[in-house]
Amino acid sequence: MTERVTATTKPYTIGRPPFRPGEDADFGGKFTQQPGDLHRPDPATCTAQDTVAHASGLVRVLDDNGVASGEWNPMLDAETMIQGLEYMMRLRIFDDRMIKMQRTGKLSFYMRSFGEEAIAIAQTMALETQDWIFPSYRQPGAQFVRGRDMVSMICHCIGNTEDNVKGRQMPVHYTWKEGRFISISSPVGTQFSQAVGVAMASAYKGDDEVCISWLGDGTSAQGDYHYALNFASTFKPPVILNVVNNQWAISTHANLATGGRTFAERGLAYDIPSIRVDGNDFLALYSVTKWARLRAAAGLGATHIEVYTYRAGAHSSSDDSSAYRPKDEFKQWPGGDPILRLKEHLVKAELWDEERHAALAEKIDDEVMTSYKAACEFGDLASGPYPPASTIFTEVYETVPWHVQEQREELGK
Amino acid sequence: MVEMNMIKALNSALEVQLTKDKNVVIFGEDVGFFGGVFRVTDGLQKKFGEHRVFDSPLAEGGIAAIAMGMSLNGLRPVAEIQFADYIFPAYDQIVNEIAKVRHRSGGEFTAPLTFRTPAGGGIKGGHHHSQSPEAQFTHTPGLKVVYCSNPYNAKGLLTSAIECNDPVIFFEPKRCYRGPFYGDPHNVPTWAGHPDGDVPEEYYNVPLEEARIVREGSACTVIAWGTMVHVSEQAIKDSGIDCELIDLQTLVPWDRDTVVNSIKKTGRCVIVHEAPKTSGFGAEMSASIQERCFYHLEAPITRVTGWDTPFPHTTEWDYIPSPARIAEAIKKTQEE
Repeated sequence: MTERVTATTKPYTIGRPPFRPGEDADFGGKFTQQPGDLHRPDPATCTAQDTVAHASGLVRVLDDNGVASGEWNPMLDAETMIQGLEYMMRLRIFDDRMIKMQRTGKLSFYMRSFGEEAIAIAQTMALETQDWIFPSYRQPGAQFVRGRDMVSMICHCIGNTEDNVKGRQMPVHYTWKEGRFISISSPVGTQFSQAVGVAMASAYKGDDEVCISWLGDGTSAQGDYHYALNFASTFKPPVILNVVNNQWAISTHANLATGGRTFAERGLAYDIPSIRVDGNDFLALYSVTKWARLRAAAGLGATHIEVYTYRAGAHSSSDDSSAYRPKDEFKQWPGGDPILRLKEHLVKAELWDEERHAALAEKIDDEVMTSYKAACEFGDLASGPYPPASTIFTEVYETVPWHVQEQREELGK
Repeated sequence: MVEMNMIKALNSALEVQLTKDKNVVIFGEDVGFFGGVFRVTDGLQKKFGEHRVFDSPLAEGGIAAIAMGMSLNGLRPVAEIQFADYIFPAYDQIVNEIAKVRHRSGGEFTAPLTFRTPAGGGIKGGHHHSQSPEAQFTHTPGLKVVYCSNPYNAKGLLTSAIECNDPVIFFEPKRCYRGPFYGDPHNVPTWAGHPDGDVPEEYYNVPLEEARIVREGSACTVIAWGTMVHVSEQAIKDSGIDCELIDLQTLVPWDRDTVVNSIKKTGRCVIVHEAPKTSGFGAEMSASIQERCFYHLEAPITRVTGWDTPFPHTTEWDYIPSPARIAEAIKKTQEE
């Protein structure tokens, strides 16, 4: 007798997002996971097997009332937390101003980090200054932590004469070698396996450096993600590999990106310690990243982190997310707003208040406006000046070959 | 006839094919519920169901391989690669697998599939949203390579591509989705009122392997595809020279007879493409033309192309062949 399993009537399964436009975005209230649910394994001895619960659970430090607790509490001093809050506010205000500039035709394109501000900022703050940042397009915030001048960032976004990449890249594709911030590239995921190579070079040279990289839930379908995990598993270089699960890859929900369980759990199959963390919880992100860096710097290899968050804004200035998800979905996200959560924590601890918060926001807003005006001194999108056309032909090769030189002469600029 | 822009025309081609052939399936990044980032598949999932029009995981290599597998087993997939710049993770599947399967299986297996992909510049997309990688595929035996230029040929050529039993790489000039582009970024016409914006709602096809004579002329043959057809049209006007303009439409196999006959008449030839010059498809055409037309040529064959550099962002108008550069090349052919 041949064994049979009752067949489904569907030809194949099509994943669905939890909600579509017009539906109530009801995530069931708050996260069920609480701070203290998961212990902090000893970074010196932790194996992938020790993180099975961490890969399916959710590491949190801040609870729904802004109270920090549990083994993962990094016990940060007030100064560090206020600094983190300032960076996050800076990023959001900067993004808001830039998207307004884009809407009024002053930038050709823009991508915000809205709702995901804690990620690049807390994680970069948990690293050392010599560590390499290999970002995707929603981690520009790392540059604030490393002290990049806002004027220089805006000049890049405009693509004017002071753009350090000479108008060659679309806005938000920052490059900043001084801050060890490696060039953002549009083909998604390519950076992930390159980051493993960067870390292997650090290991080869014996330098005390760690490399951190990020990609999205959607991008984790690309081969580059799996190459990265496999090479990291094989060679155990000092690398921190983050999947930012913000639920949405343009219009494609994470449920259509994988039929599996959590993204973090994939790392276990590669025998890499894997942790899922509340991506809107500044303290949890900081703590998990610090833990991963300890492991990496000790020569214990990669940590795979799923940063569980929500893309509060549209993918970019080119799309309207209300066409594929409920307009207020981000307001219903159980993870809340990373800035408000850290603020609430600080206020409850009597380290911060509304007055200081409002004053800081105003100060940053002024700084952004002043920086924007200063950047426009070097050229605006409407009228330039732009980098000269000769920049098309330079830095294609180390020296300009004859055929490129001839073409430059043909253009005559 | 209905007035359509290129997006609507492509959508109409897909709709007709989905209706006509139950083996046609459409998938790719954001093409299902949302209807594609350029809206080419808008409404098709709703009409034909989510098993026939669906969103795929974000993985071009996977999309290509899945499409091949489906086509080996009787389906006729039309997969979208969101930007031609993102086709390269699929390159191994396309070049080593899809292009060669008919040959290497002794004709037992074939891959009748179509990859639609927006290509070309003019949208301030920088080097990763602007490239024209057609020559990377014309150099691969086994693939047919098509480049549409207006709503009418977009629908007709896509229809032929889907019905073709060979794999087709179908390039769509994204700059021309909503209107023809004549080389002036400040003058942005729509397809309304353009003769090629009149598109039948019902089935028709434009055969592959046939070039289209856009304009007859006697002094010089100008060959272009995609956006460059319109830029060349403007350049011809500006030059005041009586040129014959050929829209190549299919690059492999290209319509050599139409091209050769034209050049035998005009004795002069300018080839225009957005892609870089070195190893661009213009090089192949130029070599073939001189083999056939050597004794008819009154001037060297000239190429006006993108530079041999990555495609820039801010300075893209200094990169894309302009009417001025093309007109200059046309005039030069008259001096010899």
